[in-house]
Amino acid sequence: MPDLKKIGTALYAWVNERLDLEPMLKHARAKTVPVHKHTFWYYWGGISLCLFVVQVVTGILLMIYYRPGPDAYASVREITYEVHFGWLIRSLHAWAANLMVAAIFVHMFSVFFMKAYQKPREFGWWTGLALLGLCMVFGFSGYLLPMDELSFFATKVGLSIPGVIPGAEPVIAALVRAGPEVNEFTVQRFFALHVVVLPLLFIPLLAFHLFLIQKHGNALPPSERLKPEAARKSIPFFPNFALKDLAVWLIVINVLALLAAFFPWQLGPQADLLKPAPIGIHPEWYFMSQFELLKVIGRVLTGVAGELAGIGLFTVGMVLWALIPFYDTETGGGRRARRATYFGLFVLLAMAALTIYGYFDLK
Amino acid sequence: MTKPDLLAPQPPAETVPPLSRRKFVKAGMAVAGAAYAAALGYPLYRYLATPAEHADALAAVKEVTLAEADKLPRESAMLFKFAGRPALLLHHADDTWTALTAVCTHLGCTVQFDKDRKAIYCACHGGLYDPKTGANISGPPPKPLLNYKAQVLPGKVVVSRA
Ligand code: HEM
Ligand code: FES
Repeated sequence: MPDLKKIGTALYAWVNERLDLEPMLKHARAKTVPVHKHTFWYYWGGISLCLFVVQVVTGILLMIYYRPGPDAYASVREITYEVHFGWLIRSLHAWAANLMVAAIFVHMFSVFFMKAYQKPREFGWWTGLALLGLCMVFGFSGYLLPMDELSFFATKVGLSIPGVIPGAEPVIAALVRAGPEVNEFTVQRFFALHVVVLPLLFIPLLAFHLFLIQKHGNALPPSERLKPEAARKSIPFFPNFALKDLAVWLIVINVLALLAAFFPWQLGPQADLLKPAPIGIHPEWYFMSQFELLKVIGRVLTGVAGELAGIGLFTVGMVLWALIPFYDTETGGGRRARRATYFGLFVLLAMAALTIYGYFDLK
Repeated sequence: MTKPDLLAPQPPAETVPPLSRRKFVKAGMAVAGAAYAAALGYPLYRYLATPAEHADALAAVKEVTLAEADKLPRESAMLFKFAGRPALLLHHADDTWTALTAVCTHLGCTVQFDKDRKAIYCACHGGLYDPKTGANISGPPPKPLLNYKAQVLPGKVVVSRA
């Protein structure tokens, strides 16, 4: 039997001679991850990453049978009922999409409360927000692709919300919806968006985000920053934390597989322009709070004014959220730091409450 | 070369149990890894293989009916699909009929009837077959073309596996 270790060493030496891997390895070996009572939250970025990899793999597999345009529904019907394990691949893609959005939300709020957006990590915060935004567009565009009743109406409603902004509707009809109603051209362009444009934007942005994490390391939560240097604990990133990361990924994959296998993603009846919207139709849960905000404001302020007020309020909230690193700059934790935390708690609770209320508000 | 000194004191026998904890964990991980690979690999293979499997199911077809094919003029031929692959129906000058696969036994091109040569001709590398039997007569083809049974009835020709 050949000595595998020897071959490995020789191969490494050959590559190292040409690429000079030592500095990179030195950096990796020197990298540590802080250990404290909030370490749990450091896993959520990795979980989001793991789920994105699942999306790329299952998405490419779906593309093997999916046909956009007029055939969209028929092709998803084939994937679901005829192709071996097609239902499973589709179910994995749809479940992982939801889990990925959820993981990114958890990640974002944990970053917020650890104040990891503070100097020098502002770009990490902004790229993260952009990734979440892209991920929601991924979800929105993907949801239309099967062209069943739910996709059709969710897209119809989703596109008509920004349509109340004066002057926006004709632009949406021309550029996004490709007509007055959602139709086969809409699916075709959503497909191009979903499988080409979005990955093309998402992947470099993700690479930059990950690069920043390598550069700055994990941020310490305020409670840890107060401790003297000597009282802080940490473990090496490699192999200790990386192995833990891997173990968490394994758990995520198993949970995902169980969900996908035991709660297979459904396919509704084919979208039909001449059928009324099904009772109880609602957006995906990650659009629910925004949707409900509009609905609640619409009850107080009727008509277009209400819609505009809702969109305006939402936009202001998002801008404030993105600009938080400029407001909360003191690392020591003063009045501004406390206010930022309350703002975060308010946003979290408001989103949760609106989402839950949204589901009760359907009937 | 020195001979081993058999009288020298031997090192003490291993006291470690034959299956150490480390080895056990390693073996367990290898088994788990193999199980995961199989659990991912099998559905993936079946997923990708579905169209080929459907084609195989189609290949089990025993018989096709070609409507109006009995009107095919003498000394001419027509292509039709048999079990998902091209096949050739020939009406000879002596009013006999032949049906055979149109897939060249060399590298799989679709063959044609060549009236001038009175042969089945493959344009890819110039293979020639006997139009009545499908026997390979010249060029690269290594084997004859597979024959089917052609039953000529009023208004149709029924082709089946011979
Ligand atoms: C490179 C990456 C990706 C590719 C190539 C891809 C490809 C596809 C394809 C071909 C479909 C249509 C099949 C179907 O509807 O079942 C689809 C649907 C979908 N995609 Fe993706 N996708 C990718 C990433 C994502 C991401 C990151 C998300 C999530 C946030 C996502 C969310 C969805 C959703 C929700 C559906 C609808 C699922 C359904 O109801 O069947 N996709 N995707
Ligand atoms: S493929 Fe027919 S002669 Fe080569």
